[in-house]
Amino acid sequence: MAKTWDEINARIAAGEAVVVTAEEFAEIAAAEGIPAAAKRVDVVTTGTFGPMCSSGAVLNFGHSDPPIRMGEITLNDVEAYGGMAAVDTYIGVTQPSRFKGIEYGGAHVIEDLLSGKSVRLRATSTGTDCYPRTDIDTWVTLADLNQAYFFNPRNAYQNYAVAVNSGDRSLNTYLGTILPRLGNATYCSAGALSPLLNDPTYRTIGVGSRIFVAGAAGYIAWEGTQHNPNQKRDEHGVPVGPAGTLAVIADLKHASTEFFSAATFTGYGTSAFVGIGVPIPVLDEQIAATLALTDADLTATIYDYGVQRRSRPSLGQVTYAQLRSGQIEIDGKKIPTGPISSLPKARRIAQELKRWIAEERMELTRPLQPLPQPGSQGVKPLEVRTEEAI
Amino acid sequence: MPRKRFDLRFPPQQATKPVVYNLVKDFNLVPNILRALIQPGQEGRMLLELTGRKEDFEAGVAFLEKEGILVHPAATDIRLDEDACVLCGLCTAVCRPGALTLDADGALLFDKDKCVYCEACVVACPRRAVTLSF
Repeated sequence: MAKTWDEINARIAAGEAVVVTAEEFAEIAAAEGIPAAAKRVDVVTTGTFGPMCSSGAVLNFGHSDPPIRMGEITLNDVEAYGGMAAVDTYIGVTQPSRFKGIEYGGAHVIEDLLSGKSVRLRATSTGTDCYPRTDIDTWVTLADLNQAYFFNPRNAYQNYAVAVNSGDRSLNTYLGTILPRLGNATYCSAGALSPLLNDPTYRTIGVGSRIFVAGAAGYIAWEGTQHNPNQKRDEHGVPVGPAGTLAVIADLKHASTEFFSAATFTGYGTSAFVGIGVPIPVLDEQIAATLALTDADLTATIYDYGVQRRSRPSLGQVTYAQLRSGQIEIDGKKIPTGPISSLPKARRIAQELKRWIAEERMELTRPLQPLPQPGSQGVKPLEVRTEEAI
Repeated sequence: MPRKRFDLRFPPQQATKPVVYNLVKDFNLVPNILRALIQPGQEGRMLLELTGRKEDFEAGVAFLEKEGILVHPAATDIRLDEDACVLCGLCTAVCRPGALTLDADGALLFDKDKCVYCEACVVACPRRAVTLSF
């Protein structure tokens, strides 16, 4: 029995919509069957909370008197981009501090702004007739800024790699410390709660979808960078490795430190845990079937990070249920596992989004434009060329 | 008898000296090696628990220092800042003794008896939420 977006939104507006998290939906489907679950439930909420390096914020400071066209800009000694209009900037989460290095980066600046702290803004300029000031040194808070919004070019990766290391020394990576001689395996996905694993072919998730971003209601702005719908898929149509991604936008002033946390990966760099949640309408039994998948049905591919090349060798596949058990097996060897994406936070996000829809009656927005579909594009490598070769 | 943990750093030229033997034989100390990485020609490190009388500790440490080994008291307590922790679970991936684990709901469990104060979690925690005190 199919439902339309309008019917679901009418039920949300009337306060009658049945909204459950992806984990709760799987339990309902297991107990009552997929057709009954699809009929009874209107919306399924998802959530994920992992490090997402391609994140940052657009800020507008307002004009000083006399005004300055900010060239070199730092916030708490972390460089922000000075290549836009006079007092606009973009601060990326991975930018390290000039003095504290990766222990304090762009992500920490954003977390400090979110927690209401004053942040030291310094900028220099060559000075122009319309912007005569050549330097500024002041303090700003989030409330002082005209605009402050996340623009995260790549969030909510649809599945990810499991990292192991066959080499003989520890590796410091964006997936944490990977111990030598297959000493551990780290992974980074919310599994059954992950937004894009629940709608694997992007039927309901697209440009313009209203979503949860770091505690604020935001939107999907575009496909994320390195969006790769052509990743290998399993019998459910779900990718078995890194695939789709989302570019998202949301107001920093409505976000919360509960759902945005700066991170430092020793020997690698600064990043930020970003909380993303996407609501999915239960339009028909086809989407209900993927919403009902559990960690035991979803697989990830193990890659050997001991081989430091673009294409790392694969050592097979494991399910998220195996990864969550704390131990996997490769060639008969038992390997302890550890996650990087927080399961309790993912659950908290899915519950919060459920509350927004069921209690605050936030309606779902139908995508204005679909994300690139499987078969439409892959990810191209970067070739190293000389001028003579072009 | 009192028990103490020491963090020993061996300069490359001292890395192969069998000092534990001396601690037993000459100073009546009972050693328990919690963690060690000793390779010829490289700086070595050993986390050593010693049981013995107070005067034997002092003499034993003086002996180690005379041998060119840097001796520091090892951490005695480990603390988790629960406000900073986001329950990502990454510390459990580097905890070889299995002191840090996640339960089925993703809650972090810490079994202090299994901890060998190796500091792997301190370095791995992306929130810098784990600290050691001495």
